Amino acid sequence: VSAYTKPLPQMTPEMRPFWETARRHQLVVQRCRSCATPRFPARDICSRCLSREAEWTPVVGRGVVFSWATMHQVYHPGFADEVPYAVVVVALEEGVRLISNLIDCPLGDVRAGMPVEVVFDDVTPEVSLPKFRPRSDR
Amino acid sequence: MARHPLCGAAAIVGLGITPQGKVYGNSPLGFAVDAVRLALEDAGLERTDLDGLLLNPGLAWNDLGMGSFQLQQAMGLRDLRLSATMGLGGATACAMIQHAAQAIAAGLCTTVACVFSDAPLKPPAPDGERSSSASAYGFVRGWEAAYGYFGVNAMYALVARRHMIRYGTAQDHLGAVAVAQRRWANLNPQAQLHGQPLALADYHQSRWVVEPFHLFDCCLVSNGGLAVIVTAREHARDHRKPPVYVRGMAQGHLGGDPLDTLASGALLTRGPALAMAGITLPDVDVVELYDCYTFTVIVSLEDYGYCAKGEGGPFVAEQVTGPGGRLAVNTGGGQLSSFYMWGMTPVSEAVIQLRGEGGRRQVPKHDVALVSGNGGVLSTHATLVLAREDA
Repeated sequence: VSAYTKPLPQMTPEMRPFWETARRHQLVVQRCRSCATPRFPARDICSRCLSREAEWTPVVGRGVVFSWATMHQVYHPGFADEVPYAVVVVALEEGVRLISNLIDCPLGDVRAGMPVEVVFDDVTPEVSLPKFRPRSDR
Repeated sequence: MARHPLCGAAAIVGLGITPQGKVYGNSPLGFAVDAVRLALEDAGLERTDLDGLLLNPGLAWNDLGMGSFQLQQAMGLRDLRLSATMGLGGATACAMIQHAAQAIAAGLCTTVACVFSDAPLKPPAPDGERSSSASAYGFVRGWEAAYGYFGVNAMYALVARRHMIRYGTAQDHLGAVAVAQRRWANLNPQAQLHGQPLALADYHQSRWVVEPFHLFDCCLVSNGGLAVIVTAREHARDHRKPPVYVRGMAQGHLGGDPLDTLASGALLTRGPALAMAGITLPDVDVVELYDCYTFTVIVSLEDYGYCAKGEGGPFVAEQVTGPGGRLAVNTGGGQLSSFYMWGMTPVSEAVIQLRGEGGRRQVPKHDVALVSGNGGVLSTHATLVLAREDA
């Protein structure tokens, strides 16, 4: 088994609950306790009502591809064998957007508005990355 | 209508541009000192004439040795009445000139050097590894690096893709900007890519960096320094070169997610900046737009009102912005083809054109220039209207 060579997500205090939950294959986003506005990535303060009270709340993990960029340049050696690959912005049904990758989707098939669902990639024993795959129940 | 008190109250009287590009052996501070010295020479001024210093240190922003007070010390400047290190990304250049003009108009100081310098490019390594702009601007973005999301190119690429999705902007449209600016650069011997013609077919064949951006959608990365000297209207004509008056100015910072706005703060600035200058858009002879990417030019043309929102692509595809076109845009080749001093590149080209120093690229009528700066990812924006006459 070869070692995982790509960067692992930084375990910042703000984002730690996200990654710990992802390890259990559940997708969560932050939600303001005061005005219920969902947000991602994690922040200390709700930009809508300025409340500091927030909770992590499960989302169903369904959304659509909102935008994407196809990376051709190798910025990190861990991706040297991967280029070209797509970085996607997924718009979740709950109204937040995530940066992620697609699996089971050839580059040429990526389309705006494409329905996708979350799938968890267990990249190390400690870390699972939420990624997305095309959803057939469109 | 009464004239705005800032209209024409200050003028650019000195311009200093160090060698640009793969220039090694100088530090950001050293480039800044050289740029100020060149700008003072250009104006026929001495260091002792300066009483204000504004600095944008580019990527050296976090370098504790690089701020306006360090530059003051390095140049032995005494008794300044205005000093700041400013960071609005690509909007900083125009914003520095705005703050200089405001302080001068308010009587707080008289003569201000506005400076950009940076040295992100390292000399080629002994092992033959080439100097890489990717190492300077390809920084890791926290947890998103786990998904291979790196660098400024990718951040803009997502927004450009969204513009394509929403408005039908095409790869040919992005390419048209690259081609038009390269045509200008080939009239500018100082441009880094002078002598390297670029046809649309060449553009399409150039390597992808981050799709939808080819290599030639992305600005250059340059080592160097650039400074302008801003002084009061009362002294504007006492210098070696004809003055370039600051006729109109405005800042506009949209906020929100650029993936939603798909717009620049030109939307907010075009009205007040043109009104302060006492002009309308057709009075503008030359347009110098912040061009970190071809895409940024398309968005800026839309938001200044040269075409409808979303029509920037078809607008540039007609090659109206190149030499001989009906709208002269980024006449030195811009940051895509000449050199990248963040927003100082468009500022300097406006000064060159208004002075009539453009050589083969000089536009025939050159009374009024519109200059933009844009930073973050469409996050900060500043506009200047520069002119040969103060009103």
